[in-house]
Amino acid sequence: MLRRLLTLLAVALLGLAVAQSQIEIFSWWAGDEGPALEALITQYEADHPGVEVVNATVTGGSGVNARAVLKTRMLGGDPPDSFQVHAGQELIGTWVVADRMEDLTFLYEEMGWFDAYPQGLIDAMSTDEGIWSVPVNIHRSNVMWFVPAKLEEWGITAPTSWSEFLTICPAIQANGVTPLALGENWTQVHLWESVALGVLGAEDYDKLWTTELAFTDPKALEVWDVFGQVLDCTNDDAAGLSWQQATDMVVGGTAAFNIMGDWAAGYMSTTLGLEPGVGYGWAASPGTNGVFMWLSDAFGLPMGINNREGTLDWLRLVGSAKGQDIFNPLKGSIAPHFESDLSLYNAYLKSAAADWQSNEVVGSLAHGAVAKEAFMSDFATVMEIYLATGSAEGAANAAQAIAGQVGLGQ
Amino acid sequence: MKLTRDRWMAVLMLLPSVVLIGVFVYGFIGQTAWTSFSDWGRVSSQALAVDPEIELVGWANYRDLFTGFIDVRFRQDLVNTFFFTIFFLAGCLGLGLGLAFLLDQDVKGEGFFRTLFLFPMSLSFVVTGTVWRWMLQPRGGVNVLPTTVGLPAWEFRWLTDRTQIWRFDWNALPSMTGLLVAVVLAGVALSSWRDGRRRRAGVALASAALLGGWALTLGRDVALLPYPQLHGFNVAFVGIILAAVWQMSGYTMALYLAGLRGIPGELREAARVDGANEVQLYRHVVLPLLQPITLSAMIILGHISLKIFDLIFAMAGADNATTDVPALLMYLTAFRANQFSKGAAIAMVLLVMVAAVIVPYLWTSLRGETRR
Repeated sequence: MLRRLLTLLAVALLGLAVAQSQIEIFSWWAGDEGPALEALITQYEADHPGVEVVNATVTGGSGVNARAVLKTRMLGGDPPDSFQVHAGQELIGTWVVADRMEDLTFLYEEMGWFDAYPQGLIDAMSTDEGIWSVPVNIHRSNVMWFVPAKLEEWGITAPTSWSEFLTICPAIQANGVTPLALGENWTQVHLWESVALGVLGAEDYDKLWTTELAFTDPKALEVWDVFGQVLDCTNDDAAGLSWQQATDMVVGGTAAFNIMGDWAAGYMSTTLGLEPGVGYGWAASPGTNGVFMWLSDAFGLPMGINNREGTLDWLRLVGSAKGQDIFNPLKGSIAPHFESDLSLYNAYLKSAAADWQSNEVVGSLAHGAVAKEAFMSDFATVMEIYLATGSAEGAANAAQAIAGQVGLGQ
Repeated sequence: MKLTRDRWMAVLMLLPSVVLIGVFVYGFIGQTAWTSFSDWGRVSSQALAVDPEIELVGWANYRDLFTGFIDVRFRQDLVNTFFFTIFFLAGCLGLGLGLAFLLDQDVKGEGFFRTLFLFPMSLSFVVTGTVWRWMLQPRGGVNVLPTTVGLPAWEFRWLTDRTQIWRFDWNALPSMTGLLVAVVLAGVALSSWRDGRRRRAGVALASAALLGGWALTLGRDVALLPYPQLHGFNVAFVGIILAAVWQMSGYTMALYLAGLRGIPGELREAARVDGANEVQLYRHVVLPLLQPITLSAMIILGHISLKIFDLIFAMAGADNATTDVPALLMYLTAFRANQFSKGAAIAMVLLVMVAAVIVPYLWTSLRGETRR
């Protein structure tokens, strides 16, 4: 008995001696999205033996719970070594302005990333004082999904503008099919931003977030009018469906189109086992052909962490083409790095990567790229006001009031 | 008062609890109150900074909550809480009383049924919320039940319903509450007159007339907001009330059962001898004796319903605006939108609401004890 105890003690002490250092990676990639992160961690641990990666995840789609946990940790003085964040204003408006992140310009210069990512992306991740995050993936927000065989059956083609969509809407409804499948709350904001991009165009859309274009401007008001008409072409029970269920409606033939980010491709390819191009098809959401609305998961370097060198190594891996090519095929997104090896990706992702390299890029609102968290959280109230009153002016006034109150664009 | 050893021991025993409560309850309440009077979170560069610059701004946050344009959601939350509390209390008390009556009838297997009805209370709100969320899915769940007997499925949207009934204008609140209180006072006047207490009846009637008169004339012109704003009962709450009543009615049933058992048999016998039938027996003997139980159940359930958070979070999610409640809004305001001072203000409003319920109850019950 004593011998056993002593052996146990010896092993524990040995373990303590061997585990030299660790880095803690905080993210919301649990469940379906876990394997991609695991693959990256495995690569890191192979490259840096002796450094243990603590995989701290908080479940909850789009980080709704993880962000709250992160805030309590940061305010409590216990920052994780690096945390997943949506690149853009979600990081800048919350943590960068609070002086809690380190400038990564030196890392970009060292790794040559200024030539590896599109300028639009780098601009979105920067302020006057530096660059703040390293992107690991790119998802596209403005994609419209459909089943080609079904479209042929109904005799329609994917519309190229919202007015065209609204024209074919009654014909589709006459067939007993919902023209546009919609899900719960955040998918409505997701739809709104595609409508906004389609109605305003890339330039005016960007102006909304720098407050050069007021929400109460007639051009912006038109977005709400079109949005209201588009909502009339969606399913009644949207609020009770998850985004996967809305996608299921398209696959099952009860809906014609669905506007969703390209994680829907991952869902349809991997979970539903459909072949890209055959089992499902895609197009840019109406009126946004040639514009890539991106959202990106990224990692930054918080101040006051335990293992700065280990974390910098993590950032080097995450931002490199090699690391991104390990992560993204499993995640179902594309690599922001121009030197990504496209042979590792499926048919949809190849087409998305081609668009990424050639299209104009704008950031997504619903996924934290262009507006700070306070605005996004209050935008839910704006959406509520619109859905309750149906008034474009009411929603626009509310949006303008919120933009002023939270200091949008500053 | 000599500090004998016993007294010292007593003080020492209590000291840790007092210190902990003083710091972790009252200290934190004080800090939240201070935060609610500050502007922490209004400037995003200071919200999460290491050394935030925070200034005291007085009642600005409260003013925003009650009269601000964007805070219509908070005011609707207050209305939601009001309706939820009323239906939750009515459901729990009514169902609990009904079940207690049934179990009091000397049924076989009473112990089994008692345990069965009490079981839901042992679940956490999160579990209840998740289970009921699945059951109330509009496309599956209970809506599919009629199809088992060949009828078409129900179309009620449960938690995703967007309709709002019993709409009223927020600016009509002062006159509506004035009128309600006037009616209650008139009822008090009537019952006082019947009991023969003339002076009390007179005072109550005069107050009722005054208040009612004000409510119908000057009260109408009181404008809380510079524009009309409609609020009402969100039908989506029906599902949540159902789940909450399912969980807590066992508690009221247990309370009432104990109360019913505590009524001495002689009282019932005496009533029957005096010629009362069953209905009169319950109405005039049993129910009045159950009043203290009703009161304490109302207090406990009331403070649960005012602060409810986890049931709504599990059932409808944090983003379903139609089933929003102040506690949920506080979480979103503080931890999603980084507006800590506004979240603190919502927390203080919640505290005042719950204190208004609990403190009078504690005051009267403690006063009663010391008098003995």
